[in-house]
Amino acid sequence: MIIESTLRPENAVSRTTVNAGDHYIGVVKRGQTLRILDLEGNQAADTLFFSAADTAEHYSAMDTVREQGAVYLTAGSKLISSEGRTMLTLTADTCGRHDTLGGACASESNTVRYDLEKRHMHSCRDNWMQAIVNHPEYGLTKRDITHNINFFMNVPVTADGGLTFEDGISAPGKYVEMVAEMDVIVLVSNCPQLNNPCNGYDPTPIELLVWE
Amino acid sequence: MTHDAHYTTHLPGGHHWSLRLRRGTTLTLTAKQADSNVGLLCYNPENLLERLNLPDTLKAQHTFKLTQGHCLYSDMGRIFASITHDDLGWHDSVGGNLMPHHLLAKGWQPVSYQQAHNDWTRTGFDAFLVELAKYGLGRRDMAANLNLFSRVESDDAGKLSYVSDHCQPGNRVTLRFEMDTLVLLHTCPHPLDPAADYPRRGVDIALGIAEAPNEDDPCYRSRPENARGFANNRLYHLGL
Ligand SMILES: [Zn+2]
Repeated sequence: MIIESTLRPENAVSRTTVNAGDHYIGVVKRGQTLRILDLEGNQAADTLFFSAADTAEHYSAMDTVREQGAVYLTAGSKLISSEGRTMLTLTADTCGRHDTLGGACASESNTVRYDLEKRHMHSCRDNWMQAIVNHPEYGLTKRDITHNINFFMNVPVTADGGLTFEDGISAPGKYVEMVAEMDVIVLVSNCPQLNNPCNGYDPTPIELLVWE
Repeated sequence: MTHDAHYTTHLPGGHHWSLRLRRGTTLTLTAKQADSNVGLLCYNPENLLERLNLPDTLKAQHTFKLTQGHCLYSDMGRIFASITHDDLGWHDSVGGNLMPHHLLAKGWQPVSYQQAHNDWTRTGFDAFLVELAKYGLGRRDMAANLNLFSRVESDDAGKLSYVSDHCQPGNRVTLRFEMDTLVLLHTCPHPLDPAADYPRRGVDIALGIAEAPNEDDPCYRSRPENARGFANNRLYHLGL
């Protein structure tokens, strides 16, 4: 569902550009709005959320999919925690569909998906590991790194139970916006994937904007 | 692919179980009632941080359902188990667990142990937390679980639906473990089960010994990805 935002970038309280292969970790407070902006198109933002009050409560792809009765995320979707609570609500989306089933690229899973020798390429999971090592103040370790959202990714499920990877439906300037229903830690890997043609083998920057 | 059952037991509906299963063993589950559901999680007993990763499992095999020929992947690119036999053709990968807040929302009256003894209404969420705690694990360690015997479909628009009458009494699924695996199971109902009241549906458990897979193995051959997954397991077991 396409819903445009009325928020203006010049009124944002923070704006952060995240280059391809870089990570972002920070807190979005209850009531604040977070926008993830695909600056150049066909990028994937691999995103995890944790309750800032208790990081054992985290975004759950399976709880989200089941509770909204749909496998794709778009405006109106609620992002549900591992404890069944709403963490954030998607309030605007100019892309139309986001994936939460496909998980993140990892050097280990890339050996399976692409080739045993593809292990030495940068990946989202390595990126998250770098983020939690660089920011011990959030108290996150590998055990906290679970299934995520792939904003801007298109991974259709077929009626007979197949899973396909399609070209992105994002484009330069498309964005998704969400309001936090609790204080959340947001952990983003801006995907460095060079094995998958979905980004044209050209990973590009995203921008994160926050409004009060 | 015949294997003698070395151990059998019955897991009643609404209960939980766990065991460290060695590489080369098989776990066969047989539904005793229609619309049975078995929640399953896998961990590496030598490094509990390595665990079942359903997104990697689905993505590697380009599938939304799991059935015979598929493998269950850890987050470290290794195969915990292969599905070597399946009567159902579809096991659910997205339904997750029955949560405590579902009981009243579904019209399922929560019943305490004091009221009903072993017929109390345990949720899959609490069942896994109890088993996880036995290994020093907790809420942050609960991965996305598989729901064996259950079928949840998606239409072209992404709308989900639970399929009733998918599982029939006597339906059987067999997992062959490709590395030592800590297996957690529960028989709590699927969270989308439309039953009028908390359904209590048990399964028979049989453990056996498998023949070692070779390169003609159907799970090895089902996808080129799985051949590489088995190669990662060979590397892990090098010298053993
Ligand atoms: Zn990635």
